[in-house]
Amino acid sequence: MTYRSHADLGGQDVPGAIIQEPEGEYFHAPWEPRVMAMVVAMGPTGMSNIDMNRAVRETLPNYRDLSYYEVWLAALEKLALQKGLLSDTPPPPKQVLRAESAVATIKKGFSASRPATKPARFSVGDRVRTVGVQPEHHTRLPAYARGKLGAIEHVHGAHVFPDTNSRGLGESPQWLYTVMFDARELWGARAPAPLSVISIDAFEPYLEPA
Amino acid sequence: MGEHEHHHHDGHHQEHAQRAPSALELRVRALEALLTEKGYIDPAALDVLIDEYQTKIGPRNGAQVVARAWVNPEFRRWLLKDATSAIASLGFSGRQGEHMVAVENTPEVHNMVVCTLCSCYPWSVLGLPPTWYKSAPYRARAVKDPRGVLEEFGVELPQSTQIRIWDSTAEVRYLVLPQRPAGTEHLSENGLANLVTRDSMIGTGLPKSAA
Repeated sequence: MTYRSHADLGGQDVPGAIIQEPEGEYFHAPWEPRVMAMVVAMGPTGMSNIDMNRAVRETLPNYRDLSYYEVWLAALEKLALQKGLLSDTPPPPKQVLRAESAVATIKKGFSASRPATKPARFSVGDRVRTVGVQPEHHTRLPAYARGKLGAIEHVHGAHVFPDTNSRGLGESPQWLYTVMFDARELWGARAPAPLSVISIDAFEPYLEPA
Repeated sequence: MGEHEHHHHDGHHQEHAQRAPSALELRVRALEALLTEKGYIDPAALDVLIDEYQTKIGPRNGAQVVARAWVNPEFRRWLLKDATSAIASLGFSGRQGEHMVAVENTPEVHNMVVCTLCSCYPWSVLGLPPTWYKSAPYRARAVKDPRGVLEEFGVELPQSTQIRIWDSTAEVRYLVLPQRPAGTEHLSENGLANLVTRDSMIGTGLPKSAA
């Protein structure tokens, strides 16, 4: 089966204006805050992880027709069904977020940092080329930055690897780097802003020495 | 559940919420009731989360970080070196802000933040993202035509200014430290924080000028 993300939008020709919004205007329908809160509250239950959530959202066939909280809702419904939460024998939640501890839990956060299992392959300043092939699963290397020459700008340590974590294959921590590219490397000589510099945060398996 | 009673084809995400609120409202209520019945969520916890993100966690947090960096050179150095710790020292930490990096605007470099793959955003300092940040047009254009995007926001920078775009493709979250506006020497830290807009901390805007 072909994996297709509808969310990889960088550099695509998307019509429409960017509609500005005043500060503090967070929701546009009464159901939106409930969806936001449900998604946050489902985190500690262990139903899924952030990478599974993203994989389900980006592969919704009608992703581009939905508002953002509609995407969240549809993905939450889909995961709840997939994981048997709505069945007669639902798997027990790891932890249920309670009102008393909700603020402390979100203030603590959910670090993606993990102990490294091997030394980093690259250092700051190294020239690298991103891999060119789109895998048949969730990944966090955007299409516009595939097969491109860049340089390591920062080494962040080892983080949970979305490519495996999204498929339930474990966290498999990988070194994470900020990689910078010249606009002309990404968009060619006719780049609209030829002097700009674009960076992504890339996991080590996305990179080859150059 | 799962079927959409409405179909849109124009790609304008911003306006969808108003079109079929009752159908969506019912779907959301049904899901919340089921997840509650099955023991996964506590509706009282949802109320707490909503209140927190509506009234406490928002861009005023980030504005305090920026104002502190403007008045306190030692804090500024700390923020640029280890943003997660520096920001936590002001009481802001947690979900979608676990791995913070602060990037400083200078006369030579203007920073702008995007997430082309979804809508990663530093919740702990800026709160929930605005609709445009999550929209397809912003995510598509920010990396390719940043000057065009800035123009849409009414920001014009000298041609010599380098634009530096940070695509948040992993769990690192970026906060732009804008330049302190001229003529603000007389302002207190709180007064300075009032000049710091949400957009100036994403890089699609500049701080307000001193009155």
